[in-house]
Amino acid sequence: MGRYDFYGFRRENGRVGIRNHVVILPLDDLSNAASEAVAHNIKGTLALPHPYGRLQFGEDLELHFRTLIGTGSNPNVAACVVIGIEPGWTSQVVEGIAKTGKPVAGFSIEGNGDISTIAAASRKAREFVQAASEKQRESCTIRELFISTKCGESDTTSGLASCPTVGNLIDKLDPLGATTCFGETSELTGAEKVCASRAASKEVADEFMRVFNAYQEVIERHKTSDLSDSQPTKGNIAGGLTTIEEKAFGNLQKIGRKTKFIDVLKPAEAPAKGAGLYFMDTSSAAAECVTLQAAAGFVVHLFPTGQGNVIGNPIEPVIKLTANPKTARTMTEHIDLDVSGLLRREMTLDQAGDQLIDIMIRTCNGRLTCAEALGHREFVLTKLYQSA
Amino acid sequence: MATQFIVHDKADTVGVVVVEDVRPGQKLTGWIMQTDETISLKALDPVPLGHKIALRDIKAGETVLKYGHDVGRAVADVGKGRHVHIHNLKTKRW
Repeated sequence: MGRYDFYGFRRENGRVGIRNHVVILPLDDLSNAASEAVAHNIKGTLALPHPYGRLQFGEDLELHFRTLIGTGSNPNVAACVVIGIEPGWTSQVVEGIAKTGKPVAGFSIEGNGDISTIAAASRKAREFVQAASEKQRESCTIRELFISTKCGESDTTSGLASCPTVGNLIDKLDPLGATTCFGETSELTGAEKVCASRAASKEVADEFMRVFNAYQEVIERHKTSDLSDSQPTKGNIAGGLTTIEEKAFGNLQKIGRKTKFIDVLKPAEAPAKGAGLYFMDTSSAAAECVTLQAAAGFVVHLFPTGQGNVIGNPIEPVIKLTANPKTARTMTEHIDLDVSGLLRREMTLDQAGDQLIDIMIRTCNGRLTCAEALGHREFVLTKLYQSA
Repeated sequence: MATQFIVHDKADTVGVVVVEDVRPGQKLTGWIMQTDETISLKALDPVPLGHKIALRDIKAGETVLKYGHDVGRAVADVGKGRHVHIHNLKTKRW
């Protein structure tokens, strides 16, 4: 085993996961109750309730399907049961997930009722969870690992130390063939030109600016103020961040000093250009962003926080690091890695990056993150506009 | 030597206090990360952990620099050693 090797679950399509979930996935809000009942019946399965899936249309509906199919397809998921109110859209999600080759089955409620649906889905879930429990971890390399990052409840210590620690990891693992992803389109405001300069080609830079400007139009259309109550957040401001520009430059530290991004992804779109760093067009709200990255197939997440965001994700483990000594002291149960020593000049950025690599590899091998141990499973779908 | 504030870039006009409970009149030692220089500064306001302190006099209307970049506009005169935050610095965007 090399330093960056880990033990993961190799799936039918060759992708590697670090968890072995059997997911009970509702197509729509109406199917949450049945999905949760199945997860209650069959131990070791995981229901992912959410509020949407009815009367959506156009790009918003495409995103809904892409997110659900991507979630079921994520290599951290061994098998998936899909439950929907009607069979049409349910089978669309089932067929999407089935392309990975993993076990998947769909059940619909209309004409059956909740109780019969729950019984049938529970029998299938029992079969899936027992088969998944026999899967063994195998030796995998860093070239098989998909890593995403996003920061939250940032403060000035994020830009000084915890975001640069993630950047140091990306600068080290990018040349070794890791696939990585950052997002937060709106939160690059003020630093967008510097971000565009980090694109691998002019085409990628132009596409980034197109996506960035489109998001600015959404903000301009809906804003009622300068957003100083929303972005930066109240927590950001309490932590000393004053403007969106200042927050953006701190945010951008996560992509390191030299790594270039090779493509711009739509929300929840899987990377298709091989190993490298990808930018994904996402909201800057933590759970929305991580849910989209998990749906794109990323299996481990690096989350720098300043004031102490407590987010987790049901299928993609979220590793939290902070450089704020007060947060490290008062919120110990949420912090996987304390890099506040950087501010006291007790450690170098290179050492902090190595510590983050170590905790990430341990997480890939099966160590539960703080968010997993605490049961944080924020599954938040991005909705682009009103339903019909 | 203990560091009480950190500056990203030599060109910056603000630094970040990285210890708790900085009091007015306190003499502070700072570290400029880009150049690995040590500087000193007297605080004129209480500045909480993570909040910014002016490294020189900044006039109302002037651009404030952090990370070597434009992070907004001063909306009041800010003396060297004063607390810089939402009361005297605003975004130029949105």
